[in-house]
Amino acid sequence: MSLGEQIRSLRRKLFGDPARAFGSISLVLLGMLAIAPAKNYFSEWGHYQKGYLKLIRSRADALTLARHFSPGFQQIWLPEMDVVDRCTTCHVALKEPSLSDVSRQPYRPHSPIPHSLTQFGCVVCHRGQGRATTVQEAHNSTKAWEHPMLPSRYLESSCGQCHLGPLLGTPQLNLGRQLIAGYGCVRCHTVMQPDGTRMMASDDPPSLQHIAEKTTRQWIYAWIKNPQAYAASVTMPNFQLSDHDARDISAFLMAQSTPLAAIHNQPAAKGASASPDATAGASLYGESFCASCHAVQNAAGVLVGGDLGPELTRIGSKVKPEWLEAWLRNPSVYDPNTKMPHYRFDPKQIATLAGYLEAKTDSDLLANVHLSEATPDQIQHGKLLVMEDGCTSCHEVNGIKKPENFAPDLSRVGSRSLAVLAFPEGVPHTLPDYIEAKVRNPRAFGPGLKMPQYTFSEQQRSAITTALLSLTDRAQTQPPALRTAAVHESNYQPAGKAGRLMADLRCFSCHAINGRGGDMAPDLSWEGSSVQRPWLVEFLRNPETLRPALIRRMPRFNLTPDEINTLTDYIMIVYQTPAVDRDSLPASSFTPDMVEKGRQLFYSKYACQSCHIVDPNKDKGYIGPALWAVGSRLNAAWVYAYLKNPPAMRPGTLEPDQHLSDAEARSLTAFLMAQKSAKQAGKK
Amino acid sequence: MKNGTAIAILCCLLVLAGCNRPKTSPAPQATAHGAALVEVSGGKQVAQAGMELDQPVVVQVNDAQNNAVTGAAVVFRGPAGVSFNPASGLTDSSGQLSTIVTLGGVAGRYVIRATTTDAGGKNVELKLDEIALGYQQTLGRELNRQYCSRCHNPESTRERVSNYDNLTTKPHAFTEGDALNKMSDADLAAIISHGGPALNQSPEMPSFGYTLAKSDIQALISYIRAVADPPYHSAGVVYAKK
Ligand code: HEC
Repeated sequence: MSLGEQIRSLRRKLFGDPARAFGSISLVLLGMLAIAPAKNYFSEWGHYQKGYLKLIRSRADALTLARHFSPGFQQIWLPEMDVVDRCTTCHVALKEPSLSDVSRQPYRPHSPIPHSLTQFGCVVCHRGQGRATTVQEAHNSTKAWEHPMLPSRYLESSCGQCHLGPLLGTPQLNLGRQLIAGYGCVRCHTVMQPDGTRMMASDDPPSLQHIAEKTTRQWIYAWIKNPQAYAASVTMPNFQLSDHDARDISAFLMAQSTPLAAIHNQPAAKGASASPDATAGASLYGESFCASCHAVQNAAGVLVGGDLGPELTRIGSKVKPEWLEAWLRNPSVYDPNTKMPHYRFDPKQIATLAGYLEAKTDSDLLANVHLSEATPDQIQHGKLLVMEDGCTSCHEVNGIKKPENFAPDLSRVGSRSLAVLAFPEGVPHTLPDYIEAKVRNPRAFGPGLKMPQYTFSEQQRSAITTALLSLTDRAQTQPPALRTAAVHESNYQPAGKAGRLMADLRCFSCHAINGRGGDMAPDLSWEGSSVQRPWLVEFLRNPETLRPALIRRMPRFNLTPDEINTLTDYIMIVYQTPAVDRDSLPASSFTPDMVEKGRQLFYSKYACQSCHIVDPNKDKGYIGPALWAVGSRLNAAWVYAYLKNPPAMRPGTLEPDQHLSDAEARSLTAFLMAQKSAKQAGKK
Repeated sequence: MKNGTAIAILCCLLVLAGCNRPKTSPAPQATAHGAALVEVSGGKQVAQAGMELDQPVVVQVNDAQNNAVTGAAVVFRGPAGVSFNPASGLTDSSGQLSTIVTLGGVAGRYVIRATTTDAGGKNVELKLDEIALGYQQTLGRELNRQYCSRCHNPESTRERVSNYDNLTTKPHAFTEGDALNKMSDADLAAIISHGGPALNQSPEMPSFGYTLAKSDIQALISYIRAVADPPYHSAGVVYAKK
């Protein structure tokens, strides 16, 4: 039989008469109808769901688990967030904490988080393609989908899309944001936050308009060649300048510098020879608590001191003696925006301190810097380089304006399309890898790029990447109701004479008042409600240390009695909280009985002595403020209000709210207010 | 023709072999062999899931007389998601090899293994435990740093002076599994919320129930469980009927 005949006979068999034709077509249709269920049955997700049923069958709570399980396709649909997540089709046990011992995916339960999966879905945090129905497409990048699931090291970036301020549970994100502000990334890159505010830098690059008063061309040369060689802690990046470029930039910077009369016309400082007394210098440095803000490397190479001001390990190799003396006399003459207070040192103190600092030199630093007289060509070329490298994004330089949009806007860098990015060789094609690589070695991305080289640790880099990845399209476009705002610093400014004095003393560098200021020292917004006037006067005259365990302390500013009065009056009257009526608990309201009761509460029921010292001979706890003279320091009504709820009166305090009854709080207040013993020398 | 086929098959095999293990770099050629592998430092570190450990893991190869062996090959391995930099290498002049470990993305304990071969070609293995924290435990760690560690951690740092020595009743460090594993979650929640007296213990342990949210206390417990040494094994989930 030929092929043609065969086909013909088959056709006759199937479609020979209407009944046969009907039957055959029905069969074909039936078969086609079965395709969909079969596809379901053999699908990847069907396979996983069957696996899950098998997994739970043998467990003690199998029935409950089975009841929670809904077979078939699952989907979380959140129109206002543009989320269609089908992940729960395979990840069936996300909400089953009893399966916490199961490590096999996709059956692991979700670890506890503060949000509900049904309200947020999965991709808002994890990225990936929520609509996809295969493992490959959901998790990885495909031609149509650029953003695969986020590696967990960057996961906190997702929190940052809504939470614009720091969260206790997201240390990476917080650190990253701090670094971006602290290293001044946002001085070149614009970052508009989802709440419409611009991210601000928190570093403090100095103006270079009078640089020649401060330092030498040799030092500038060495510094711009490698800032970290001067001090490992500095935030200025390395621009990888050639010797020639560094020569010309240093020439230009010296040439553009204008004299500052207040410093320029000083009689030449006598320099280190003026005060060879190193021990006096060291003790003045210590007494003035310079180390609260400035670090110095000790013999073991460890930095000791704060980081609010620059490191001083090699300061003697940097600054000119006459500048240093002028600076110590009053820093705001040279830098009106400095965070450093005006200490009111007397001339002898200035000489002592200057001599001490000038001795902090490093002979290696400038040993190999040999510069001949600058030529006009070099200066001209230096100016060009300063413009091209964007130095004025951070520093003020005479004759050059701050450039606008010097570097790419990063407001949505967390959603940047890979198609527009050029990956250098060896960098995996994902956005996090791109950002990390860029932060690690920006110049590897091509010749002529201007972004300088930073020296971040692995952890810092990944924190920065995390913070940048939080700047997504979603963060910008989602409903504002989903955002939790960041607390922006207020522009509070105290008025009048006291206000000017507080500006001069730079109180806000360390203390916050009414939403503005640093966090190194206590918030003073309610100081007037809490302290007694005579104590405050004495404290400003000669600050004693209240917290024996603190390294950072209030310095002595050598204030005049008149200045002290002005400050005290202002603080006592203005910095009050309506929650405390200063006169509501007069001394007469305390009986000896209450004092005794309070003593028992203090020592027995609440064991306050584990953190506070009332009797220096007996009590040992020193992480809280010393209380041996608290009755001469604090106001009774404040003490009472504080004891009733410490975190409410001093946000962020370590002292927990012990929920004292009114009577207990009153007795404890009576006991504390009885601690009037004049200053004891019971220092630990 | 025959040769061609052979080469083709060989190529296929090579490609397949390559496919199977795309990432293992060839172990370095050992110039010496030791008899024992010991930990120098880096075990039992705590880091967030997916992050590098703060300190490198350092192991040392010793010979039978306990002398350090230079040039012995050590290979590091860990469960899925863990990576090492480097993953293998030769011990240095003090017999040590150091590697930076990145933990996997899931919270929990990671057992990492270092192996070396002795002169007889037998594998010598060293196991180290490392701990990865999830969100809740990270929150617990931060809360601990803020509120608890001054009393519970005897070690002072430059930024944070410990109060441990000043306490009459010495609290346990949260890593002390021997003591803390015996306490139930409910006991932990009780002493943290209501203070020492809630469990007839010292009032030097203050109550945090009015300062911290329930979820914060849960986070602290979760952190305490995560860092316990020896590890904590939950008694299993007890179901309350709805
Ligand atoms: C003022 C010091 C202090 C602070 C702060 C403190 N504790 Fe304690 N804690 C103690 C002392 C002392 C004990 C021991 C009580 C006993 O054994 O009688 C203790 C005991 C405990 C115990 C029981 C196990 C043990 O160590 O004996 C737990 C759990 C505990 N604390 C958790 C916490 C947590 C969580 C925090 C932070 C929110 C915290 N503690 C803060 C002092 C403190």
